[in-house]
Parts: sequence; C-alpha cells; structure tokens
Amino acid sequence: MFRTEDMEINMGPQHPSTHGVLRLKLQLDGEQIKDMRPVIGYLHRGVEKLSEHRTYSMIEPLTDRLDYVAAISENLGYCGAVERLMGLQVPPRAQHIRVVLAELQRIASHLLWLGTHALDLGAMTVFFYTFREREIILDLFEAFCGARLTYNSMRIGGLLEDVPRGWFDRVRHFLKIFPGRMKEYEDLLTVNRIFLGRTKGVAVLSAADAIAYGVSGPPLRASGVNYDVRKALPYSSYEQFEFDVPLGSHGDTYDRYLVRMEEMRQACRIIRQALDRMPEGEVKAKVPKYIKPPAGEVYHVVESPRGEQGFYIVSTGGEMPYRVRFRAPSFVNLQALPVMCRGGLVADVVAAIGSIDIVLGDCDR
Amino acid sequence: MDQKQLVEQIVIPILQVLIAVAVVPLIILYLQLVERKVLGFMQVRLAPRRVGWHGLLQPVADAVKLLTKEDTIPAKADRFLFTLAPIVAVATALSALAVIPVAGTPFSLFGYEVKPWISDLNIGVVYLLAISSLGIYGILLGGWSSNSKYSMLGALRSTAQMISYEVPLGFALIGVMMLAGSASTVRIVEAQKSSGWWYILPQIIGFFCYFISAVAETNRVPFDLPEAESELVAGFHTEYSGMKFALFFLAEYTNMIVVSSIVTIAFFGGWLRPFPNVEALAWLENGWVPLMSLVLGAFAGWLAGNHLGGGLNPLMVGALLGALLGFGIAVADLGGLATMSVPLLSGAFWFTLKVSFFLFVYIWFRGTYPRYRYDQLMQLGWKWLIPLSVGNVIVTGLVMLLLGRT
Repeated sequence: MFRTEDMEINMGPQHPSTHGVLRLKLQLDGEQIKDMRPVIGYLHRGVEKLSEHRTYSMIEPLTDRLDYVAAISENLGYCGAVERLMGLQVPPRAQHIRVVLAELQRIASHLLWLGTHALDLGAMTVFFYTFREREIILDLFEAFCGARLTYNSMRIGGLLEDVPRGWFDRVRHFLKIFPGRMKEYEDLLTVNRIFLGRTKGVAVLSAADAIAYGVSGPPLRASGVNYDVRKALPYSSYEQFEFDVPLGSHGDTYDRYLVRMEEMRQACRIIRQALDRMPEGEVKAKVPKYIKPPAGEVYHVVESPRGEQGFYIVSTGGEMPYRVRFRAPSFVNLQALPVMCRGGLVADVVAAIGSIDIVLGDCDR
Repeated sequence: MDQKQLVEQIVIPILQVLIAVAVVPLIILYLQLVERKVLGFMQVRLAPRRVGWHGLLQPVADAVKLLTKEDTIPAKADRFLFTLAPIVAVATALSALAVIPVAGTPFSLFGYEVKPWISDLNIGVVYLLAISSLGIYGILLGGWSSNSKYSMLGALRSTAQMISYEVPLGFALIGVMMLAGSASTVRIVEAQKSSGWWYILPQIIGFFCYFISAVAETNRVPFDLPEAESELVAGFHTEYSGMKFALFFLAEYTNMIVVSSIVTIAFFGGWLRPFPNVEALAWLENGWVPLMSLVLGAFAGWLAGNHLGGGLNPLMVGALLGALLGFGIAVADLGGLATMSVPLLSGAFWFTLKVSFFLFVYIWFRGTYPRYRYDQLMQLGWKWLIPLSVGNVIVTGLVMLLLGRT
C-alpha cells in the first residue's frame, strides 16, 4: 500500500540556471541526486553540414555562432586551421593582435561565467560587477570590428584591418583598472563562508575521471592535470609569451573557480606582454582572392575559455571544404557532469553546471 | 459599557486594524521600491526610473500589473487549497502586526484615548511565535496544492526550514522575556526603560540567534532556499500568478516588517531613545531630533543624488518635506498647541528608524550573500543556533539567579 518512488524531475530546457537550453533529467531521492542524464541538441543548427556548402571565408561567421560567448577564440581556431591547411604565414603583428583579442575574449568569457555562476549560487551583486567590466571589453571589440557578440573579427591569413587609433591605449586602461575590479569580486566570494560551503568539495572531478572523459580547459586543470593547448601545442605565437598555467588540486567547484580567476590575471599578463612588444607591419598575409586550400586534411586546436577547441577540415582542393568537424569543449566537458553530480544535492547541480561553464551553442553546434 | 469605553475598546481598535491592513501593503509597495533602489545602488545600476519621477510610480504600476494579470490555476491543482494558501499566508502575516507597539504613550483624539498599538496581549511574544508558525501553512499548502514538482520541493524545503528555525527563534526570545518578566511586547519595552539599557547588551547572543533565525524564517537571502530561483525556478509559488502571487509577496514583506519590529522591540528598546535613562541624553526625545535627522537625510539624498548625476531626487525631497512637517510640529509644540504629540512623534521616530535599519540589513544581505545549501542550512540551525540559544537561556537564568533578580 505504501511505497516510495524516486522523483524524476526535468531541469530545463527552460530553466533559469541551465545556461541556455540544456535539459537535465534528474532522478531525485528527496533532495539527493541518484542519477542524472543531460539531454542536448535543442540548439543544434547543423553548422558542420552547413559548412560543406560554404566557401572557406563564408564559414568564419558560422564559427561565431558556435561558442557565442567566446566567438573570437572560434574565429582564431578556424582561421588557424585553414591557414595551416594552406601553409600560410600570418604576419607577426596580426598574430599579436590576435593574441590580445583572444585573451580579452578569455577575460570577457570568464567574467560572464563568474557572474552567472555567482548568480546561480544566489550572489546577485557579482553579476552586475562582472558585466560592468565585460562591457568595457565588448566596447573594445566593437571599436575593433563593429560587433559585440558575433565578431567575425579575423580573416584567413590575418586580420581585415589594423586596430583603430588609440585602441591599444584603451586596452592598457582596461588592464590598469581590472585588478582592482577583480578584488571587488574576490571580496564578495573568495573568503565568503557561504560561498566556500557551496563550492568546496562540491561536484568533485578526479584527475583520472577528467582524463577518461576527455575533459579539457579549466575543469581539467582544476583537477590538477597540467594541460593547456597554449603551452602544449602553441599557436599564433603563444610560445613567445610568458604565463603560468594555474592548477587546482581537489577538482572541486572551488578549484575551478580559483583556476579561472587566476586565468584572468594571466590573460592580463599576456596582453600586457603583447602590447609591449607589438611588432609593426602588415596585418594580412598575401592570400589569393579565392581560397582553395590544397587537398588534404588538418586538425588544429586552440585553447578557448572553455577548453580544447578543435577544428578538423578535409579539403578536396575545391572552394568549399569536403567535411568540417568541430571539437566542442562544452560537449565533451558536459559528459562529466553526471559523474560530478551523482550523490550530491539539487543545489550542487546548479553549482556544477556553472563551474564547467558550458555554452550550448558550442555543445549542440 | 458607556459610550467612551465602547469607542475606546471596540471602535478604535477596529479602525486601527483597518488602517494597518490598508497602510502596511502601501508601505510594502514602497519598501519594494526602496529595496530595488538600494540594490541598484549596491549593484552599480540605476534601478527603476521610468515610471514616474525617479521611478516613484513604479509600485503603482507593479500593483496594477499584478491585479490585472490572468489568475491561472493549474489543471491538476487542488483548487480550494490553491486559493486558500495565499490567504493563509497573508492573513497570518498581517495578524502579527496586532501586538506591535509603534510608540509608548497613548494620546487623546477628540477626547478618546488612543493607544499606539492595536492590542497589548499579556502573551504578545507567544502570540507572535504562534502566528508565525501558522504562516508555514500558507507555503506548505501552496506548494503542495500546485501539484508541481518544483513547488513541492520548495514547500518541503521551506517547511523543514521554518520548523527548524522556529526553535532558536523561540529560545532567543525566552531570554528577553525572563529579563523583562513579561511576554507582553509593551511591557518588554517598558522593562528596558526601567532597567536602563536596551536588551541588546545582556542578550547579544540572543539577538544574533534571533535575527539569523528570523531571516531564515522569512525565507530571505541567504536563506531563500524555498524560492531558490536558480534551482527550483520559483519554489512554492512557481504556479502562482496575478493577485495570488501578490499575496505571497505581501506576506513575505509583511513578515520582514514584523521581524524587524520584534527585533526592535525585544532587543533595541522599541520606541525608546538610546540609553533611555541617561538624563544627559534626554534631548534625544526632543521634537527637533527627528527634524535634524530628516535634514541629514536630505543631505544624504543630495550625496546619493550626486552619485546619480546630480539634481533633485526623491530621498532628498521626501526628507525635506518630513523635516518641514517636523518643524511645524515642533513650532506647534513650543506654542503649547499639541503637547502630547512630541513623545508620540519621538517614539514613532525612534521605532521607525530602528525598523528601517533592520529592513535595510535585509536588503544588504540580499546584495551580498550567496544562498545556503539545504543541508548546510539545517546544520546551521540545529548544530549552532539551537545550542547557542538554549545556552543563552541557561546563562541568562544563572546570572539572574546570582544577581538575585527574579
């Protein structure tokens, strides 16, 4: 007559904290998670298939729409892949500007992550603080390429144009005020007992699990695995820059928080170096009007704010690629979510989703 | 029962109840605006500014919106309980106002004596605790009758939370009742006057236990788990819309006001000025203290206005108008026109000031803290607050025994 049953609850796709259109099927025993299954694909637009019917330069705007929170990293990865396929040498000035853009993008993306992560945990104010600084970066991007979200900022072989006059000074100004602003976020979170309680030891991902699931980016490094594409397989002159790769030790939500916070500081360091020794010269290599890479295939990876972003292109020598495949860090990192959440509480799911920082546009492609 | 008694004991309390029920929702509408403005200030944004001057009509717009929204009832909900729940929530919250004294001195109006409280129950504090426990029914019934999983989880959370925090809430007030020798809210304040200090001094632990538990009891940040929007969408009121939702909202804010009032009465001397027995500070009861405070308020408004880009702003204008009013009353007082009004005004001023401060603390919490997790919340309640508050009662009793006070 009496029986107990687990409650099955649908979190998403319309839910305030699943960051887009992620749907999670949770199996709950009271508040405890017995099992969970992410359901994805709500934002699938078939970008890979679309790319087979676009010329190489027409694909770049599509990459903007993959990880729309860090579109510049996608642009950088895609252009890098085609350049490698064609054997193009990008001028050093373009490479440095690309690094500045990519690292600003990393900060902007991490700021969005920090704001929403804190908001998910109930700390509302941090969100507004981070968006204040993100706004400055978006203004910089707008000055550079006219767009604030989907930049289409690079061209195969370099950049469309050099940066506008005074742009570097604005970047320097940002670098000057940013450390103080970061202290404001840290005052609200880093030693806040409630925040520590909500993140320390929550949603732990062991290094072995992280590697087994192919997790990359900050979640991998928070588990203590030293792998950063910028160091391991340098691209766009990253080998010339000095920066540390922050590592965590416990692989919990708090470590992922600390790793990203430190990455923002390191990004500032990289940008400063790039500005200090910005080479003069052209920003675009000699590129034929019709881009027809030789037949062959290429796999190019970049370190996007979310992790290892891969671009695999097969060319048959025509104007359009034969096959394009994107390795989406959000997709891969999401696989580790059930491992992280099993046995935790409902509130931990929110912390865990926030801490792996997925973007569904990237995940579903 | 002659006519005077009839009016004083029946008609005036009924009028007072009507005033409380009519005025408190209005205060809450503007409390909401203040909350948004203060949060806006903390969060480097402007808060409502479109409806009316500096957003002053925003509460009206909100009220109209809530009243005209479609009032949906989910198909599988228990219609009766679904409708009953918000009524229970708001009725219990408003009932608590009955024993809140806003000033100490009764005054006369058209020859009838009017007391600045609705009722002076000899078990006022117990009544408050009982009423706030009943408030749980509103949330529990609302969450359960919606027949939605998120509402259900929210209702379960809030029931567990509110029942756990009832205990330290009660124990924290026992210390105060022991010191005052009474459970009547008016007597508690008067006892603080005769003992010469606010009970925050001997009962500081009791105060912290009470205030933390009270924030939890009212389901506010950082204990807003029942309506944790990032986890449970909106918790127990997920399925509510329109006026029913507005009633839950009203209940939450009324509870905030009630809790702030109880803190003020039990620990901060209600309508008393600071150090109520120090003669040197008697000037604090003068009519011009509220006046000067309002002038200071206007100055603060001017500073805040500079932050917003200069010009007049409502805080400044409101404070100046209040100062003018106070000035008028002070002049009337000097002229001997209304001698009774100054103690009343002074009492109401100190009471309002203290209550406003605690309401501000609520908003401050909201701007600062993340949310507790369910298990951590329970741990805080059972492992820290309950032992602390019980220990506080024991220590208070021992000290009273040693000092020979009974």
